[in-house]
Amino acid sequence: MLIRRNPSWALPEREATPEALYMNRRAVVAGLVAAGALPAAASTDPEKVARIAARRTMDAGEPATALADVTGYNNFYEYGLDKGDPARRAGTLRPSPWTLRVGGLVKTPLTLDVDRYIARAPWEERVYRFRCVEGWSMVIPWVGVPLSSLIRAVEPLGSARYVAFRTLADPAQMPGLRAPVLDWPYREGLRMDEAMHELTLLTVGVYGRRLPNQNGAPIRLVVPWKYGFKSIKSVVAIDFVETQPETSWNMATPREYGFYSNVNPAVDHPRWSQARERRIGEFRRRETLPFNGYAEVAGLYAGMDLKRFF
Amino acid sequence: MARLPWLKLAAHGVMAIPLFFLVTGWTELLWWNPASRALSAEPVAYTHNALGLAALRALLASLAVTPVRLVTGWGRVVTVRRLLGLWAFAYALMHLLFYLFAELDWSLAALAAETAKRPFILAGMVAGLALLPLAATSTAAAIRRLGARRWQALHRLAYLAGAAGCVHFILRVKGFQWEPWLYLGLLAGLLAMRLAPQSALRLRLRTS
Repeated sequence: MLIRRNPSWALPEREATPEALYMNRRAVVAGLVAAGALPAAASTDPEKVARIAARRTMDAGEPATALADVTGYNNFYEYGLDKGDPARRAGTLRPSPWTLRVGGLVKTPLTLDVDRYIARAPWEERVYRFRCVEGWSMVIPWVGVPLSSLIRAVEPLGSARYVAFRTLADPAQMPGLRAPVLDWPYREGLRMDEAMHELTLLTVGVYGRRLPNQNGAPIRLVVPWKYGFKSIKSVVAIDFVETQPETSWNMATPREYGFYSNVNPAVDHPRWSQARERRIGEFRRRETLPFNGYAEVAGLYAGMDLKRFF
Repeated sequence: MARLPWLKLAAHGVMAIPLFFLVTGWTELLWWNPASRALSAEPVAYTHNALGLAALRALLASLAVTPVRLVTGWGRVVTVRRLLGLWAFAYALMHLLFYLFAELDWSLAALAAETAKRPFILAGMVAGLALLPLAATSTAAAIRRLGARRWQALHRLAYLAGAAGCVHFILRVKGFQWEPWLYLGLLAGLLAMRLAPQSALRLRLRTS
């Protein structure tokens, strides 16, 4: 007998609000936010987005990077190429309401109402190191839950060996999509065991509040032992698949960006060294650690030649 | 009293803007506001990029002088060509020195290793080295010593420097980006204008 228990944040079709009402609700909420009566679900101002109660479960052992830098200096090519562009231009994103579709090779596909999900899940705050493939790094207090909890809820089939993620690609909300920098929509992927790893964080907040638009609102992935571009932002779809999915940077330049893209000081980017990194706020570069210091994931890659599977 | 060389002063002023911005930015950051973001969250990378970009832009400006004269017939514009070229060299030199200082701890061995290993560094070094003899022979005395014809032939290296600089930029950025290709297109356009018969250029001006 198949016992199917839907998690509290799963959204059955009958509960979907008719669009007209829903738009009306948005107008009401927008009015309350504008009047200062409600914290905003969406903003590029990290002080304006709503707080999320979270229990700190992991510390990085070093001070977090300033909020202004975490939310003012990042790559999100959907808004432009400059690292100041996301904070300047992501105001057009509408991360609330937002649905995340989880499907593919699973027993119980889900459509997630992300606002409800954020309201109900027990959240953890985890301070992770974040290492960009470009050679800079930060220390960031994320708010999330292990992705494994969502994976368990959808019950992947035995044939599901990889997880594919996709970012929203709406030119009306993302002005950077006009430039052909990458083959949009942005895509990322993980092997099933990587996705199930305790460190892989399904993330809805930063610094104790909902994600500002520029940091991948309303829901994103954070994989702290991999280069930052693996931590896909503003996710609209998660699919369980049998074969290794296409990933955006690998499609653009396969020689430079591998599927795995684990932080590895011993494997240079063809154009620059990965041996050292500059922590934002520091002048001198510091040594980059294998797996970004998360040695506990090494077992996932036992027996693999990491120079070949970079 | 001699007339003020306003055109030269204006050119110096424009060329100095990036340097002025960097110097004030670092002064603010180091002496009275460590939280300043005037040079972004990553002032070292910002400075490095800004110096390189200023070098490429100054070089393109110097290469635009002759085409501007050919098209507009404005002869005096030629008086700023040398100073534009020297600003390009100065920015390129600062770009290289800053790289040596901030990334390589002044190690020339590391510079040689990086140049051998990475095509984009090689392109940058070619651009810089191509500018060196031009800066060294920028004086009137050097023109006399070399003879105008040989001097002019030597100074065609500026196009090599421009092309290598654009390649350096194209190879440096992630993904496909328009900006470095735009500079390469400008460079090609300037070269084409110089190769086109002068009568054609003037004709275009008259009919426009």
